Amino acid sequence: MSLAKRIIPCLDVDKGRVVKGVQFVDIRDAGDPVEVAKRYDREGADEITFLDITASHEGRDTTIHMVEDIASQVFIPLTVGGGIRTVEDIRAMLNAGADKVGINTAAVHNPEFVSEAAQRFGSQCIVVAIDAKRQGDHWEIFTHGGRKPTGIDAIEWAKQMVERGAGEILLTSMDRDGTRDGFDLELTRAVSEAVSVPVIASGGVGNLDHLTEGVLQGKADAVLAASIFHFAEHTIEDAKKAMQSRGVEVRL
Amino acid sequence: MVDVAVIDYGMGNLHSASKALEFVAPGKKIVVTSDRDEILAAERVMFPGVGAIRDCMAEIRRLELDTLLPELIKTRPVLAICVGMQALMDSSEENQGVDCIGVLPGKVRFFGDNLVDAKGEKLKVPHMGWNQVKQVQDHPIWHGIEQDSRFYFVHSYYVEAENSQQIIGSTEYNSTFTSVLADKNLVACQFHPEKSQHAGLALLKNFVNWDGSC
Repeated sequence: MSLAKRIIPCLDVDKGRVVKGVQFVDIRDAGDPVEVAKRYDREGADEITFLDITASHEGRDTTIHMVEDIASQVFIPLTVGGGIRTVEDIRAMLNAGADKVGINTAAVHNPEFVSEAAQRFGSQCIVVAIDAKRQGDHWEIFTHGGRKPTGIDAIEWAKQMVERGAGEILLTSMDRDGTRDGFDLELTRAVSEAVSVPVIASGGVGNLDHLTEGVLQGKADAVLAASIFHFAEHTIEDAKKAMQSRGVEVRL
Repeated sequence: MVDVAVIDYGMGNLHSASKALEFVAPGKKIVVTSDRDEILAAERVMFPGVGAIRDCMAEIRRLELDTLLPELIKTRPVLAICVGMQALMDSSEENQGVDCIGVLPGKVRFFGDNLVDAKGEKLKVPHMGWNQVKQVQDHPIWHGIEQDSRFYFVHSYYVEAENSQQIIGSTEYNSTFTSVLADKNLVACQFHPEKSQHAGLALLKNFVNWDGSC
């Protein structure tokens, strides 16, 4: 008996549609979020993450309705990230039915926001999302969907965010995102070993072995992927069976 | 007549709990409320909770739920979830020690720092994700749920129950901890049934159909 490693499909959502970019550009339509979420739930996803890439206010309302729709039909944890800047943004997402929110850029602008959010809503619902890019012998974090460098070291940042109350770290390698070359295992392992809370590996999954490597070599507690699931190359059940065959504990 | 009252004491996300109840019990009247009379009028009660215990207990006392809950569990089925379960114990180690409602004997303890498993792998805290629950005693709440089914957990503190007769479910994380307690009309679980897909929905359905006896 032990805790299962989680598989988390990620849906990038823009104006109520699932889209998938390659290295943050070149958007492809991948369907209706409610239908996609229901399919992942049926296939055995352990959680679902939505990255709301909508910039406009109207788009944000569409996202809230989408979360409400999904939360009344899908009974596994739901995380919403993208554009979470205020306590009111968090409250709106939680009230819509999200279980956790992902905070990225707003944490860099004001680290105190993470402390405040964790105190107000509990660490269990505060996921700090980190977009990291290799710079020589270390990794630097970027904000604004990976466009702005910050000069901040990713490992130090992860530790600081956990001290401030982050309950989980969603770690994306910008070098690997969209490449299908596999996770940055060195980065994943370095962050996972540096913090006490669970780490979700993200960015670069191109096949099912990559998921297993994220757990076995990267020491990730959960693995996140988008495109390998969206376009029906693999089901989540296939992914879990592949991981189980290599000795990873999964929920089947 | 309200079928299920979900107690709202300002802590956490009650949407999930009420949506899951609506899903398993279509046609039943589910209300989310902190109103004493409305809670007392309900056939059964759900007592959820997330966040830190000190803030939870402060709200519980402010709304006088600490006197209402012992009354409720004598008279109708009650399901406590996560921090709701912890609040029913004698005390918690969280926030430098907090006295809780004390309707179930036992303490709430911290998992600890720098934990490792039998293989030497680091064990993260919070205990977050899908873990197995061993049904150590029969109970109507387990009806149709397979032994060792996985449920969704997210917590850093766990219940150490004093009365082993009350333990109906246990889970392994670092050591064996009590994941489900039952006493007469009361069932209390550490995991989130409302987020535990098939097994969780089955448990909620069992609760909605349970008459409170064992």
